[in-house]
Amino acid sequence: MLSFLSQRFGVMALTAVCLTFIVFTLVNLQPNLEKLAKEQNNMRMSDQAVTVWLQEEGFNRPLVTRYSEWLFGVVRGDLGQSTRFRAPVNEILWERLALTGILMFWVMVVMVPASLLVGVLAGMREGTFQDRSLSTFAIATTATPEYVSGVILTVIFASKVVGLEWFSGSATKAMEGATLYNFGLPVLTMALYGMGYIARMTRASMAEVMTAQYIRTARLKGVSFRNIVIKHALRNALIAPFTVIMLQFPWLLTGVVIVENLFNYKGFGWLLVEAASNNDIDLLLSCSIVAVIVVLATQLISDIGYVYLNPRIRVSA
Amino acid sequence: MEDLTTGQIFAGVIVQFTPVWIGIVVIMGASAYFKQRLSLYGRLFDSPVGMVGLALVLFWALTALFADQIATMDPLEQFRVLKNKPPGTFEPESGIAALLGGDNLGRDVFSRMVWGSVTVMQIAPTATLVALMVGITMGLPAGYYGGYVDTALSFLANLVLAFPVILLFYLLVTPEIRSTVIPTAMASVVFLIPILFVIAMIYSKLYTRPDTLWYFLLPAVLIGLFMYTHLINVWNPTGVWLDANGLNIFVSVVFVTSPAVFRIVRGLTMDIKTRDYVAASQTRGEGPWYIMLWEILPNARGPLIVDACLRIGYTTILLGTLGFFGLGVSPESSDWGMTINEGRKLLRLFPHAALPPALAIMTLVLGLNLLADGLREQSLKD
Repeated sequence: MLSFLSQRFGVMALTAVCLTFIVFTLVNLQPNLEKLAKEQNNMRMSDQAVTVWLQEEGFNRPLVTRYSEWLFGVVRGDLGQSTRFRAPVNEILWERLALTGILMFWVMVVMVPASLLVGVLAGMREGTFQDRSLSTFAIATTATPEYVSGVILTVIFASKVVGLEWFSGSATKAMEGATLYNFGLPVLTMALYGMGYIARMTRASMAEVMTAQYIRTARLKGVSFRNIVIKHALRNALIAPFTVIMLQFPWLLTGVVIVENLFNYKGFGWLLVEAASNNDIDLLLSCSIVAVIVVLATQLISDIGYVYLNPRIRVSA
Repeated sequence: MEDLTTGQIFAGVIVQFTPVWIGIVVIMGASAYFKQRLSLYGRLFDSPVGMVGLALVLFWALTALFADQIATMDPLEQFRVLKNKPPGTFEPESGIAALLGGDNLGRDVFSRMVWGSVTVMQIAPTATLVALMVGITMGLPAGYYGGYVDTALSFLANLVLAFPVILLFYLLVTPEIRSTVIPTAMASVVFLIPILFVIAMIYSKLYTRPDTLWYFLLPAVLIGLFMYTHLINVWNPTGVWLDANGLNIFVSVVFVTSPAVFRIVRGLTMDIKTRDYVAASQTRGEGPWYIMLWEILPNARGPLIVDACLRIGYTTILLGTLGFFGLGVSPESSDWGMTINEGRKLLRLFPHAALPPALAIMTLVLGLNLLADGLREQSLKD
């Protein structure tokens, strides 16, 4: 286990360095630097002034030198300066991440139980009307990206035209205090898209477990259907969805960017777009570190969790 | 002139789509009639889910094909009288009704939705096809050889997969990037792989028969090169196929999609290479590429076809995401994602501008997912 973990951490570190280097190279392309110079000073800057500014700010030094400088800073906990917000990245990033954390938390609270319920209800009676309608619902949710469901939900629940106005179409107020009224739509929008996939995985694994020998034995013993589902089938059926739920986090990351911009909730996703569209080098790099850590950590946790939940699998190191 | 009533709008939209209805009936009727001879595609007509999916996909494919006949107005022309007007408002000069109303610049929402399907139908399937070929070309050796080849290729694939898609798009699909050589450089690598794939397929099959080999290899190379020069915009005797915008989007989508295909192909290959017929061809002394391309790949086609359907849907979502963030597409275009983004600003007052493209994306992707589901169900039956 230890050598497995150390190997994984090694690969993770290597991936993180490679990825940040790619991001670093891309944001430091000449046209991007010129854009940054103009954004920092004024839009009508002459080409010569741009060159001088870049020289003064030290952007003309070799890429590798600057990358290693940045990397040493990160290792010591200094994420650099944001050019867009004119403040240290450390001050901005954590605050935004906390806001996104709240969003993610509520999305998980809604998404995981709902999708497991849909999956189990569909999978326990395979091929019935109940199964077919729930499965179609699950497919429909995976076919509806956030920017589509967000728009449709806003029209239904928050527009003057339909007149329901149950929720607010903007989540800006939710940054101070989240209520059902101002936070309902973003959470629902994100949860819906992720739901279908988990529900289908749960359904598949539930349907497979329900055909197993020990379920038949239990049934022949005279255990009630309810007890079979809850006590016998569920535990084994939930191993596969566990990995899928963990692997949903990277997906949620993309969703966060869309939903936060759609509902004007200024969290991590909003920050990423701000950083990217203003070519804010240090901020964008910090955002990509966060994203990469989320992706790699969830992969690791899902692998370890899989082994932990299913003792038949042994890690070969 | 009086505005159209809801019933008239509904009827008007249905009438506008006449070529599509005829097309769907003809294609589905003919396919259902000949279904005995059409193998997997024919068996799709035994599954109601698959048929619904196919109908939805055909709807949008035919809409893209007949966009010129279906659209009532120019999707880019701005009519001041139509600004934010509800569905069914008449444009006085031409006397044509804006069936689904006008957007905030006074453009016809219906025509924009129809023309938006053209962009999607041009890029999504072709980009998926290229991504599929790239994924297969990388995934086969990774799964077949294992060892260092696998470790290296898997590391590369995981590297791309660890990127959040949006971040990658924000880095790759910008006007600044287009002024560098990066899109063209990426395109010249990405589009080379399908050509190599086809050449490897022909060569590994026919290298023992040099006389027939050239009849296949030479046309393949020539056609491949012809398409290649067009796609990377080096030499365009028949006009520009993909402008700088399009190329940038296309290559980025392929770049994001192919690692996922790679993972699937690698897994399938590792499974199939343990079969007896692979061992038999190894014993016969066939080369590794023959075994990969002519023994393993045909036997992996079922899951790959299903995955390709899902993947086209996912590519459609990706294109919408790009449009939604205003990346890559020109600000004037009628791209669905772009239109949703423009329409959402006034969503609570005038929802009619953002809803049609939103429903369009939803139905197309739903159709592809249902189609994939139907195909999976039918291919598992035998």
